Amino acid sequence: MIEALKQRVNDDAGLVRRGKFLTTTFLLEVGATPWLISIFEGRVVSVTRGPFVMPSSSFALRASEEEWQKFWSRRPPPGSNDLLAMVRRRVLKTEGNLQIFMANLRYFKEALAKLRAGVSA
Amino acid sequence: MSAKFEPIIGRYMHLDLFGRPHRIYVEEAGEGTPLLCLHTAGSDGRQYRGLMNDARVTSRHRVIAFDMPWHGKSSPPAGWHEEEYQLTSANYTTMILEIMSALELEKPIVIGCSIGGRICLHLALEHPERFRAIIGLQAGAGLDPYYDLNFLHRPDVHGGEVCGAIVSGLVGPDAPDSERWETLWHYMQGGPGIFKGDLYFYKIDGDIRGRVAQIDTKRCPLFLLTGEYDYSCTPEETLDVARSIPGSEATIMKGLGHFPMSEDPQAFLNHLLPVLEKIAAR
Repeated sequence: MIEALKQRVNDDAGLVRRGKFLTTTFLLEVGATPWLISIFEGRVVSVTRGPFVMPSSSFALRASEEEWQKFWSRRPPPGSNDLLAMVRRRVLKTEGNLQIFMANLRYFKEALAKLRAGVSA
Repeated sequence: MSAKFEPIIGRYMHLDLFGRPHRIYVEEAGEGTPLLCLHTAGSDGRQYRGLMNDARVTSRHRVIAFDMPWHGKSSPPAGWHEEEYQLTSANYTTMILEIMSALELEKPIVIGCSIGGRICLHLALEHPERFRAIIGLQAGAGLDPYYDLNFLHRPDVHGGEVCGAIVSGLVGPDAPDSERWETLWHYMQGGPGIFKGDLYFYKIDGDIRGRVAQIDTKRCPLFLLTGEYDYSCTPEETLDVARSIPGSEATIMKGLGHFPMSEDPQAFLNHLLPVLEKIAAR
């Protein structure tokens, strides 16, 4: 399912445009499963499933599978409807160079919400 | 198509605050019981456009919203370029009382959201006799920081973009897109470091958790309204405050978030109008 991110982000011309100055690789952990997601100038160029031996990433977003499933549900419940809501509840851990994450916060929020049920591919 | 004007009138008021001259933007609409509106951190009085444009409110109330100094169309005081802006409980309280006096508002109803909701709790505790009723929206007694506030004001993160993005998830899921993005636009327009400076009050200086139970609602009625999707001031936190203050009335607003009056004015009015009726009947 995480693989769908590539097409769903890249098909959104506005999101790609807003990410024009974003080139990075970040780590997304869904429970025990890590994913490396590479972005070049706003386009997702690869989504790779771990495990990895020595993953390099600018920052990492880590939450349990259950928490991500709530975030990716069609109508997330209060507290699961936004990355910062999950941060507030201490269920989403953010680590690494968070300047990249925060400078592009709208991009990352909107990109990860593309995995929500009901978002067309 | 002919132009159509809203009934809102805006003026600039010159007023000394904290011993310095200030130029403060004040909007109002309607006639009747004064209803003084306090905006959220990092935003401005435009958040109350829905109330000021609704005849059900303005037929009985003189609705007034000012932009706090450094916010919206109010200027920072001369010398600002050498200062770090930080809102404190004392300055916030003084500002509200001075502006009330300057506008000759006799016992207004005060309504405030977020930081405005927090200062409503301070006003209920320390100056209840100045108000006819106090309405705190998204009013929690305290909030520990849950992200690094420095990201709100540093040169390698665009201040407008990050302030809008920080609060975007605080808007409820059912808000009309036009009102949602109008609300976020206000955040994107804030001056550098202003949202952060307001949050100094919200997350540090203005913490009233230890004293909130001392509020006496016999001296001034207190109503608390909080949106279901607010994770900055959660419904649970509002209900906790309400439980600790005998006589206070709490409403949890389904589907709404942290900016009810701005993100979905029509849905919000369904909750506010009965409160205004109750206050009028007292």
